Amino acid sequence: MEIILTPVVVSVISSLLALIIVVVDGVVNNYGEVEIDINNSKRKLKVKGGAPLLQTLSSQGIFVPSACGGRGSCGACKVKVLSDVGPHLPTELPYMSKDEIKENIRLSCQIKLKKDIKIYLPEELFNIRKFKGIVESLKDVTYDIKELRIRLVEPNEVNFKAGQYMQLVVPPYENIKEPTQRAYSISSSPSDKNHIELLIRLVPGGIATTYVHKYIKEGDVVEIVGPFGDFYMRDTNADMIMVAGGSGMAPIKSIIFDMWERGITNRNIWYFFGARSKRDLYYLELFRELEKKWSNFHFIPALSDQLPEDEWTGETGLITNVLDKYLQSVIPNENAKEGYLCGSPGMINACINVFDKHGVKDVYYDKFA
Amino acid sequence: MMYPNINPLVLFFASIFTSNILLTNFLGMCSFISISKDIKSSNGLGVAVTLVTTITTALNWLLEKYIIMPLDLGYLRYIIYIIVIAAVVQVLEMVIDRVSPNLYMVLGIFLPLITVNCAILGVALFMQLRNYSFIQSVFFGLGSGIGWWLAIVLLAAIRKKTDNAPVPAPLKGVGITLITIGIMAMAFIGFAGMINVQ
Repeated sequence: MEIILTPVVVSVISSLLALIIVVVDGVVNNYGEVEIDINNSKRKLKVKGGAPLLQTLSSQGIFVPSACGGRGSCGACKVKVLSDVGPHLPTELPYMSKDEIKENIRLSCQIKLKKDIKIYLPEELFNIRKFKGIVESLKDVTYDIKELRIRLVEPNEVNFKAGQYMQLVVPPYENIKEPTQRAYSISSSPSDKNHIELLIRLVPGGIATTYVHKYIKEGDVVEIVGPFGDFYMRDTNADMIMVAGGSGMAPIKSIIFDMWERGITNRNIWYFFGARSKRDLYYLELFRELEKKWSNFHFIPALSDQLPEDEWTGETGLITNVLDKYLQSVIPNENAKEGYLCGSPGMINACINVFDKHGVKDVYYDKFA
Repeated sequence: MMYPNINPLVLFFASIFTSNILLTNFLGMCSFISISKDIKSSNGLGVAVTLVTTITTALNWLLEKYIIMPLDLGYLRYIIYIIVIAAVVQVLEMVIDRVSPNLYMVLGIFLPLITVNCAILGVALFMQLRNYSFIQSVFFGLGSGIGWWLAIVLLAAIRKKTDNAPVPAPLKGVGITLITIGIMAMAFIGFAGMINVQ
């Protein structure tokens, strides 16, 4: 008798208690539908409450960066919360500076959605997405740089700031077994929302560049993720001194044409483009045409190792020397100046030294890492 | 069944002062020593212990009276009591989280820890051993909880002082804390002349 009674009593009591827990959980943890208001009603999401903010956002296609996947161990998923969601949790505090606590920056993986919430997300974040596109054209602009033009299909529109970059997803090929992502600056201008244009120089042995130069063909489906990055035109009145080399042309081209299209033509722009010889130069006509239409825009291509057959009449020498010369004697001294650099780390560091020498402190750059 | 003839209110005050579950029975020592470093946490834990003790004592009394006694299941008592305590802590955690996120914040990790606080099981067992009535049990549970709460907050306050006191090196930390608790216990026993319910 006892042999039966004991387990029966214990199981009945346990199941009753478990039932109570389940019922209470269902009643208490049912937060119903909750509204997430992002950036002052710019976007409103109706979602089911109860889950952490990070997971809820990603289920809605908004990807807050998170390295640990929501375990509260990386501190990357910081989000500014504008409405009251209670004080900071002990799990958040180790990742917060005093200023961040004051501004109510929170770890989005730690705050549960219990009621309507107002949050602020940086615009870039808001736009980061995975795009599917079709290779519309693939042109050789020099002997080792290809212009890859992708027509976006899913989603078919992108919003980015001129100067930002995208990550090209390279599928496994040959003995590359894992999908790889590589970042390339966008060279098309933001007004062309349905296309992304990238300039990709062949790097011997490079996974993505080899793929683009040897395998990809028109009509192929490719995936790109983005946009990312904080290299873009700063909204000031300073003269813009831009220096690029090789495929560093991409973000600069995007920025310049974006300004032209939006009618920001009152600022002076000097665009120095460094190349070895004539065969490394491209888009020359494009920029010379623009120079004719736009009086404040100056295009200065320079060759460092010109070949005898080049018949070059423009500037010669290392781009840093040309830059130095112009800052010394051509570019008016009285205006404030900003530097915009894109190219190899060596070129950028050398240019920063030149800018430093001439007292130009606001220098923005995009290094090929 | 005969219940002891004690006024529930007397029982309530007795369990706070003269028969303080912590200082006379030395139950619930582990969290008492580790948490009493900080007054704020001690306060939170005290609130949680009080809540859980009161509720579980009442529930366990009902189970004792209507299931354990009639079915003669005395040997299952410990298991049943602990299951009830664990479940109550779970439910309480969810309810507090919803109703008062601030209190939930204050209690934090202590709520789940209470499941294994021996003072709570101790109160339930004493309640059965001393054969209290339902009302007496509730007052006994509430009083014991408050007594525990009072003791841990007092100890936390004293430890704040001893932190800066020139304590001999070998006695620093837990050593001086245990001595402090001993002296506190003697002080509380001083009340015993007024009411005694053992």
